[in-house]
Amino acid sequence: MQSNAALEYDYSVAKLFTYTTILFGFLGMLVGTIIAAQMAFPELNYLLGEYGTFSRLRPIHTNTVVFGFTVSGIFATWYYVGQRVLKVSMAESGFLMAIGKIHFWLYFVGALIATVSLLLGYSQAHEYAQYTWPIDIVIVIIWILWGISVFGLIGIRREKALYISLWYYIACFLGISMLYLFNNMAVPTYLFTDGLGSVMHSVSMYSGTNDALVQWWYGHNAVAFGFTVPIVAMIYYFLPKESGQAIYSYKLSLLSFWGLMFVYLWAGSHHLLWSTVPDWMQTMGSVFSVVLILPSWGSAINMLLTMKGEWNQLTENPLIKFMVLASTFYMLSTLEGPIQAIKSVNAIAHFTDWIPGHVHDGVLGWVVFMIMSALFHMAPRMFKREIYSKKLVEVQFWIQTLAVVLYFTSMWIAGITQGMMWRAVDEYGNLMYSFIDTVTVLHPYYTIRALAGVLYLAGFLIFAYNMYKSMTSSKEITEELQFKTPMA
Amino acid sequence: MFHWLEKNPFFFAVAVFVVISFAGLIEIVPNFAEASRPLVDMKPRSVLQLAGKNVYIKDNCMSCHSQLIRPFKSETDRYGPYSLSGEYAYDRPFLWGSKRTGPDLHRIGNYRTTDWHEYHMMNPAAIVPGSIMPAYKHQFTNLADIETAYAEAVVVKNVFNTPYGDEFVGTKEAWAAYKPKVLAEAKVIADNMKNKDVKEAVAKGEVPEIVALIAYLNSLK
Repeated sequence: MQSNAALEYDYSVAKLFTYTTILFGFLGMLVGTIIAAQMAFPELNYLLGEYGTFSRLRPIHTNTVVFGFTVSGIFATWYYVGQRVLKVSMAESGFLMAIGKIHFWLYFVGALIATVSLLLGYSQAHEYAQYTWPIDIVIVIIWILWGISVFGLIGIRREKALYISLWYYIACFLGISMLYLFNNMAVPTYLFTDGLGSVMHSVSMYSGTNDALVQWWYGHNAVAFGFTVPIVAMIYYFLPKESGQAIYSYKLSLLSFWGLMFVYLWAGSHHLLWSTVPDWMQTMGSVFSVVLILPSWGSAINMLLTMKGEWNQLTENPLIKFMVLASTFYMLSTLEGPIQAIKSVNAIAHFTDWIPGHVHDGVLGWVVFMIMSALFHMAPRMFKREIYSKKLVEVQFWIQTLAVVLYFTSMWIAGITQGMMWRAVDEYGNLMYSFIDTVTVLHPYYTIRALAGVLYLAGFLIFAYNMYKSMTSSKEITEELQFKTPMA
Repeated sequence: MFHWLEKNPFFFAVAVFVVISFAGLIEIVPNFAEASRPLVDMKPRSVLQLAGKNVYIKDNCMSCHSQLIRPFKSETDRYGPYSLSGEYAYDRPFLWGSKRTGPDLHRIGNYRTTDWHEYHMMNPAAIVPGSIMPAYKHQFTNLADIETAYAEAVVVKNVFNTPYGDEFVGTKEAWAAYKPKVLAEAKVIADNMKNKDVKEAVAKGEVPEIVALIAYLNSLK
C-alpha cells in the first residue's frame, strides 16, 4: 500500500474525453455560428443543399453542444476528479479500465453516427431528444457504462466520505437516466407491423398535451442535470484546487444540493405557460422556478465566498477569472430564468429570441467557461507540461466575455422588441404589425448575434490551440503540482 | 444523517432518486387521465397527412414555427381561436415548438391554400418580401415515405386505440390494398398545384414530399 507517496492516477480515459470535448465544442459552436449567421443573412441557407438549411442544422448545433461538448466535458472531468477524490487509481482495476475504454469508443462512434442521422433528417421531434430509437438504445448503453464506471470506482475507494463533487456526479447520472428513459418511450413502427416502412421510425408513447408535459419535464431538467449539476460538480472541485482555498461553507453546500434536487424538477412546466396544460401545473412551474433561485445562488455564493480574502488571485490567475465569471453568469442566468417564468413576463418572452438569449448566457458564460477552465487545470497534470501561453488564456477570456455580452444583450433587445410588437394594437384595437414586420426589424440584432458567435468561436479556437500546444510542446514539468496551474 | 449518507453511496443514490422523483409523480402523472381525450367527433389524420407531418419533422419546421395559439387577444386576432388540449389528442409527438422565428401554424389550413404553399416553399422571399425562411426546393423532388406513415397509423390504432378503420392492418397485403387511397388523396393536392414534375410523379404513383406536406398543412385548422 502506498503510504506516503502520492498515488499515480491513470488519466488515459480522461485524456480521450478531453480530445472529444475540444472537437465537439468546435463543431457545435461552428454550426451554431453558421445558423446564427443564416438568421441575419438567409442566403447562407443554400451552402449544402437540403442539408444546409437552418432547420436541419439547428438540432445538430444543440445536440453537438449538449451530447458532444458538455457530456464529453462531464466524462473527461469525471475520469479525472473521480480518482482523485476517491483516492484510488483506475489502473488498480483492469475491469474499470476496460469499461472506461469501451465507454469512450462507443460514445465517440455513437456520437458521429447520431450526428449524421440528424443531418439526414431522422428525428423524433422532441427538443434535445431528437435522436431516433436505435440511437437512443446506444445512448442508454453508453450511459450505463458510465454508471458502472462511477459506482465501480466508488466501490473500490479508499476515501470513505464522498466529496461534494461526487454528490453532483451521482445526481447527474441518476437524473439523466430517469429523464432520458421516460421522455424517449416510443413504439417502433417497423417492429410492430410486418416490417412496414422505415426501421428508424417510431411513435411517442404519449400524445399531445401529455407529450408536451413529459418533454419539458425532460427538456428543462436535462438543463438541470446536464448543464447545472455536473458543472457545479466541477466548480466544487476545481475552484478550491486552483485557488488553494477550502470551500466556504459545508452547510451551504448541503442546503444547495438537496434544495436543487428537490426543487428543480418541478419547474419544467414553466416552458408551457399559457398552453393547454392545466393551470395549476403552470402555476407550480412558475412558483418553483422562483424558489429555484435559492439553491442556485446558494452554490454560486458558496463559490464566490470561497475566494474570500484571496481576491488578488483574480488578477494573477486567469483560471480563477474564468471560474469566478462562470459563477457570476450562473447567478445571472438563474435569476433571469425565474423572471421569464413569471406568467406575465412569459406572455411577452415566450417564443421570442429572449429565450435563446437566456440559454446562451447560461451555456456560453457558465457551462463552457467552467469546462474550459477545468481542462486548463487538468492539462498540466495529465500531460506533465505547462500551459503553453498565459497571454493567450487572457486574450481568449476577454474575447469570449465580450462575445457573451454581445450575445445576450442583442437577444434581450430582439426578444422584447418582438414580444411587444406581436401584441401592439392601434387606437381601434387592431394589430399594428404584420408578422413579417416583426422579423425584418430584428436584422441588426441577428447580425450582432452572429458577430458574437464568430468572436466566441475565435476564442474557442485560441483555447484549442493553447491546449494542443500544452499537450505537445510546452515546457515539461517534473514536480508534483499543487494548486495554481503553471503557465508560460 | 447527511454525514451518514455521504459514507453510504447506495443509500445516498436512493435518497437522491426519491427526492428527484417527487415532482414528476405529483405534477405529470395526474394529467394522463385528463388530457388525452380528443374533441368530440375528431378524426385522426389521414395517411398522407401523417406522411406530411413526418416531412414537417424531417425538415424540422418546429424549430421556427409554433403550433400553439395562446389565449390572448393579440394571438386570436392574428391566428384564430386559441388552441384546446383535445385538438392535440392524436398528435404523437406534439409539435408546439418553442420559438416563433416565423408565425404560428396551428390554424394555417384556414387561411392559406395549396398553391400559396407551393410557391412559398419554392421561394419564401418572393411571396413574403423580407422573409428569412429558407426555400425547401428538395421537397419537390424527394419522395414522401407513405409506407412508414401507414405503418404509423396501424401502430397507433393497435397500441393506443386511435380510431382508424378496420382496413388498417400491419401486413404488406393490407398496405398494397390501401395504397391507392393515399395516391388518390395525393392527386387532389397535385391537381391544385402548377409544378409539372410534381404532377408527373403523382401520376406515376409517387408522392413528392411537398404534396404530403401541403396535405398536412391544409389539415391544420
